[in-house]
Amino acid sequence: MPKIIKNGQVVDDNWQVWRDAETLPSTDHVIVPLALWQQQRDALLALGEIAVYLASDESPKSLSDDDLSALSFVAVDFPKFMDGRGFSYARELREQRQYQGEIRAVGDFIRDQLFYMKRCGFSSYALPSDELEAALASLNDFSESYQPGVDQPLPLFRRRQA
Amino acid sequence: MYAYDQYDRQIISQRVAQYRDQTERYLAGKITEEQFLPLRLQNGLYVQRLAPMLRIAVPYGTLNSQQLRKLAFITREYDKGYAHISTRQNVQLNWPKLEEVPDILEHLAEVEMHSIQTSGNCIRNVTADQFSGVAADEVEDARPWCEIIRQWSTFHPEFAFLPRKFKIAVCGSEQDRAAVLVHDIGLQIVKDESGNTAFKVIVGGGLGRTPVIGSVIHEALPPRHLLSYLEAIVRVYNQLGRRDNKFKARIKILVRAMGADAFKAKVEEEWAFIKDGNLDLPDEEIARAQSFFTRPDYEALENEDLQALALENVDFARWLNHNVHAHKQRGYAIATLSLKTTGVAPGDITAEQFEAVADLAEEFGFGEIRSTHQQNLVLPDIQQRQLFALWQKLVSLELASPTVGTMNDIICCPGGDFCSLANAKSIPIAEAIQRRFDDLDYLYDLGDIELNISGCMNACGHHHIGNIGILGVDKKGQEFYQVSLGGQQGLNASLGKILGPSFAQDEIPDVVEKILNCYLEKRHPEERFIDTYERIGLAPFKERVYA
Repeated sequence: MPKIIKNGQVVDDNWQVWRDAETLPSTDHVIVPLALWQQQRDALLALGEIAVYLASDESPKSLSDDDLSALSFVAVDFPKFMDGRGFSYARELREQRQYQGEIRAVGDFIRDQLFYMKRCGFSSYALPSDELEAALASLNDFSESYQPGVDQPLPLFRRRQA
Repeated sequence: MYAYDQYDRQIISQRVAQYRDQTERYLAGKITEEQFLPLRLQNGLYVQRLAPMLRIAVPYGTLNSQQLRKLAFITREYDKGYAHISTRQNVQLNWPKLEEVPDILEHLAEVEMHSIQTSGNCIRNVTADQFSGVAADEVEDARPWCEIIRQWSTFHPEFAFLPRKFKIAVCGSEQDRAAVLVHDIGLQIVKDESGNTAFKVIVGGGLGRTPVIGSVIHEALPPRHLLSYLEAIVRVYNQLGRRDNKFKARIKILVRAMGADAFKAKVEEEWAFIKDGNLDLPDEEIARAQSFFTRPDYEALENEDLQALALENVDFARWLNHNVHAHKQRGYAIATLSLKTTGVAPGDITAEQFEAVADLAEEFGFGEIRSTHQQNLVLPDIQQRQLFALWQKLVSLELASPTVGTMNDIICCPGGDFCSLANAKSIPIAEAIQRRFDDLDYLYDLGDIELNISGCMNACGHHHIGNIGILGVDKKGQEFYQVSLGGQQGLNASLGKILGPSFAQDEIPDVVEKILNCYLEKRHPEERFIDTYERIGLAPFKERVYA
């Protein structure tokens, strides 16, 4: 079974990314495009557990609160690892929408981005790498940060002790 | 200046470990070339024409003697014994080895230095007026605000993969020496009616291939909102900035496409979520930042009359007139150390000079040094009565070229001699101009003229805002130079207009001479080059040059 990083560990995972926006998948445990979700919401939910991925030009504003509670989780797709829009989307889901569920990174990204992703609110990573155990170290490249983030809402200047 | 505490030290040392691991994985073939690119760039490491180039951050241009000595050590141990001051106040090494960069970072960390975010598509090292804290025309010291911004932007988790690089500059004086109108964000410190500090926020300025003067989107932002407002701006840019075309990816293109008002509305919409939140700057944090930049222990002195000394020694008089600026403390002065000696690439400095300047800063000042975007160094706190003694030492170090603010104080990028982006060389052009116009009286008679040279469109040499701008272009594989006139920096910033078809390298000194002759003939008494240009326009210059 494929493996992902979730909540700081390497775990088995049977979710698949379904990139066809026109056709319904035949099983559940699929992460579908936003457009397919918007057109076929009921048919998808009838299959079972469904997640949606946001493409890099699709803001979380396209998902209603109702969508968020019906979905098993939300994924953010990185078409190229240099495309950093997804970092803002994860923060928006956590900090402006108070989304508590899983946020998964899918697509093209690298282990050296994991620390930033964690700070922005991602909780699972379908990292395209066969060295997931080694990659776990990158989640903790730093033990302190200056800015507020999802992992630590207080900026360092509110916590600093002389 | 700012001093690290245990948090800062830990973050910097974890950075060294992180980058060492990344470098090792790259050398072991576990990170691809494409993946390593942004990682090394965000650490200031370029792979250049001849060797890698490492850009070391000098936050808002502030250095101390200990740091200069360490830089001297590093240039000797890991490079060829010299370094370069960039137009963003940073220090560049031209010949480091990629595999030795982690060791260099470790040395830098010992003196609270690093190369974080000096390149790459992230928030770059924040720049400021080089005279912050000492300028006679200062409204408020920019450095505490720069330090607050430095910390907020360092390893910002959301903004490490922006559409393109992002530069912030802060100016706290009446005269703008930080080029705030041509940055992605420029912050101008102002005082409101009751004398409270506020920020004029300017976005979407920039040079490069599409030069734009920025738009004001907030006239007077209260300081406690500084970080939340900056975060809102960059968040909007991160989501809406173009990523399909590298040349259209800077925030200036987005602001222009949306219109400044619509952009502002978007920022305010985003700001509403985070305003008054955790990023709100408490008074205690502002006071903490300011506590690092208190006035040094100045002696109570009277202003000195240096006329007699100046009359006796014309060389000293020239230096005093051009390289010394007014200080806010009575009896003190600001001395600019010129890195524009003819025959040396503009901005280059040797290990020996670094060490000597470190000593001078301790002997004559409080051990502090500034780097400038004009590619010079500054000793900010010199007693006026010691200026002559300082000058004598600077002369023997070849740091006293009395040409600051003249045409020979050329801003110049490293160009085709070093940079792999360049279309043409720029250093030999600077040298040819300095050699042609080596008569100081002639230079002084010309008055304030800024001549800036870039080796390509990326405009590191700020050619658009030079009164005379020279841009290297590629014409069928040959190096040519396009000349523009009428640019200027400061709060009246304007962009130069192209004079006409480009010139071969050896024609440039003649072209510049014709431009100057035209100015000398047409100028009114006491009229600066830029004012004559604005009065008579481009045509008379064009006629003269292409006649």
